Amino acid sequence: MGRTEVEKSPLIAFAHVGKSFDSGRGAKPVLAVDDVSLDVAEGEFLAIVGGSGSGKTTLLRLANRLIEADRGSIRIEGEEVRRIDPIRLRRRIGYVFQSGGLFPHLSVAANIGITPKLLGTAAAEISAGVDQLLELVRLDPGQHRGRLPHELSGGQRQRVGVARALAARPRIVLMDEPFGALDPLTRDALGDDYRALHHKLGLTTVMITHDMTEAILLADRIAVMGAGRLLAQGTPAELSRSDEAYVGELLRTPRRQAERLKVLLPRDGAA
Amino acid sequence: MNLFSDPRWSEALAHLPDYLGNHVRISLAALALGLLVSLPLAIVARNRPLLRGALLGFASVVQTVPGLALLALFYPLLLALAALSLAWFGVGFSAFGFLPAVLALALYSMLPVLRNTLAGLGGVDAAVLEAAQAVGMTQPQSLFIVELPLALPVMMAGIRTAAVWVIGTATLSTPIGQTSLGNYIFAGLQTQNWVFVLFGCIAAALLALAVDQLLALVESGLRNRSALRTALGGFGIAALVAATLVPSIARAPQGYVVGAKTFAEQYVLAALIAQRLRAAGLTATTCEGLGSNVIFDALVTGDIDVYVDYSGTLWANQLHHADIRPRAQLLGELKAELARRNVTLLGELGFENAYALVMPRNRAAALGIHSIADLAARAPTMSIAGDYEFFSRPEWARLRQAYGLSFRTQRQMQPDFMYAAVASGEVDVIAGYTSDGLIAKDDLVVLDDPRHAIPPYDAIVLVAPKRASDQALLSALQPLLGRINIAAMREANLRAAGGDGESSPDAVARWLWQRVSKRQ
Repeated sequence: MGRTEVEKSPLIAFAHVGKSFDSGRGAKPVLAVDDVSLDVAEGEFLAIVGGSGSGKTTLLRLANRLIEADRGSIRIEGEEVRRIDPIRLRRRIGYVFQSGGLFPHLSVAANIGITPKLLGTAAAEISAGVDQLLELVRLDPGQHRGRLPHELSGGQRQRVGVARALAARPRIVLMDEPFGALDPLTRDALGDDYRALHHKLGLTTVMITHDMTEAILLADRIAVMGAGRLLAQGTPAELSRSDEAYVGELLRTPRRQAERLKVLLPRDGAA
Repeated sequence: MNLFSDPRWSEALAHLPDYLGNHVRISLAALALGLLVSLPLAIVARNRPLLRGALLGFASVVQTVPGLALLALFYPLLLALAALSLAWFGVGFSAFGFLPAVLALALYSMLPVLRNTLAGLGGVDAAVLEAAQAVGMTQPQSLFIVELPLALPVMMAGIRTAAVWVIGTATLSTPIGQTSLGNYIFAGLQTQNWVFVLFGCIAAALLALAVDQLLALVESGLRNRSALRTALGGFGIAALVAATLVPSIARAPQGYVVGAKTFAEQYVLAALIAQRLRAAGLTATTCEGLGSNVIFDALVTGDIDVYVDYSGTLWANQLHHADIRPRAQLLGELKAELARRNVTLLGELGFENAYALVMPRNRAAALGIHSIADLAARAPTMSIAGDYEFFSRPEWARLRQAYGLSFRTQRQMQPDFMYAAVASGEVDVIAGYTSDGLIAKDDLVVLDDPRHAIPPYDAIVLVAPKRASDQALLSALQPLLGRINIAAMREANLRAAGGDGESSPDAVARWLWQRVSKRQ
């Protein structure tokens, strides 16, 4: 297999994917993801933007089989996910939750080391890895490894969540509104830090957010979803040329914010 | 007199290793069995609403059955199972004592364990469960690494509740032949030995408290991941088991077991028989407080070797005869029928303990009542009290039939309180016992039974099938036969209800033997 061929095939490929949920007895099933086709290239940082109920979280979970697709095909590193054991699949894909999703009874070190432990990695190796990962997400190992999640701030918890997702050295990281619950300063710092990690480790990242500004600032490419359908995709510049009304509406907010900020905070204007 | 100089305290203390040891063993065995069944059931049922509902419903229903009834029900059930197993597999087991007690108590422990385990597992945050899946845990890994540790505090609360319940309820295993701290309570209530009652209650409460605290230590150890605390708690429980196990292992073989039902006369007679056996150089222990439905079966299966029963009781309850025969004829037929079941009716002790209608002497005289026939005319305005079984016994039906008796109210009472109730006028008539010492003491009168509605109740000595030709035992029992008259027994019973240091069954039995053996 030639090198050019590898580069050509996307790392994650959704093709005509559909998923419905039962919405209770007798009611019509709800179409959460409707005929979505989307490719994510190796090394790419993709943001999926949409309102609540747009199907963005469902799409993300179809990729590591937390949810099973009804129709279409999903390929990870060229392999159809239906043919991969879901447990093995999840162990090789990092996943970051909105509120961290840390195990409240396990220490920071145990949380971070969980997937390597499940994979049977030796304890000494896990321990060394945990220290590296803590440094990678800019937490002091000596100070943090023994703490329990409830002893951390929201930003620290999220950093631990990122470290846990990276622990088994995945090529792919899925993030479900990772910075949504944080205060703006922390959010900004964490976003930048993650973006740097993404490059440094050569990751392929899919991040869900409802915040277009965040998506524009962090991602290489943005996919916009609404009512289960993929409405548009492309770089921020490409999106700004889209004639889809909803995309225009989503872009209006960051544009207006940018203009207002330019007026309110002139570069030389220390009042 | 100093409260603690009462010799009954030291007597109670002497029984402690045996009673406490047995109590700890059945409680912990029942708790372990209950956990072994409940925990997997709760885990299997946690995602199955139907099974979950059925389990909790079943455990709740079990909980509504009074402890005493639940324990008593297991005896006939296991007896039938033991007979089946003997017939099919050639292996029998004892349905007496340990097994029914442990099974019933294990059943009793299930509700709090099931309910709290389900609640604890159900209370785990959905986001945490999702995270467990996302990091690549299998179902069992999620259960053992995440769900169970998070549910542990709630589960342990249930286990602690179950432990306290089981230790408390285990006191009720005495009537099905399992020695427990309940022996103090049952014996104490029957012989008005409040020192024993108090001692039994306090010992059970302290044991429950100790086990609860040890489990709390284990819980906090597990929760705070402190191996030291977990080990201390576990070590404490192990030490408790070891400490209660050692004396019973070191104890000499039991030898002959003398049974006693749950009233004072039976305690005295069992003590007397045990004393006579020891005097003949045999080893003997007593097994007291047995339910009257349990004791005969226990003799047939050889769990006890000898006890005293009453002809009328066996005739009606064990042999299910509805008719009443003249005394000598009834005894003869009884002996023949028991022999067919390989039970030896060795002979009569010499007194009768029949039911009798009893009322205050002066009241009877004032109303002109001498016999039950006289009473019948006045009965509709009067109240009667009887023990727990009297009103469901055939003689009560016969009495009503023979004399057309019908009382305004009828009440059930603990036999000891019955006499006080009639003496104080709380009730007008009681169904008392002819051998009761209180009849003379409280100046009560036994009403005549001219139509012979009440069957004869000769006290008789029964010997287990396996001891039928045991000459050492039979000759040791022989001197007792025909020797104890009603006056001696009444006085012995009165002494046994004395509520002081000389009223222990052993002391009264020694006095009784002195009195009856002198007369020849």
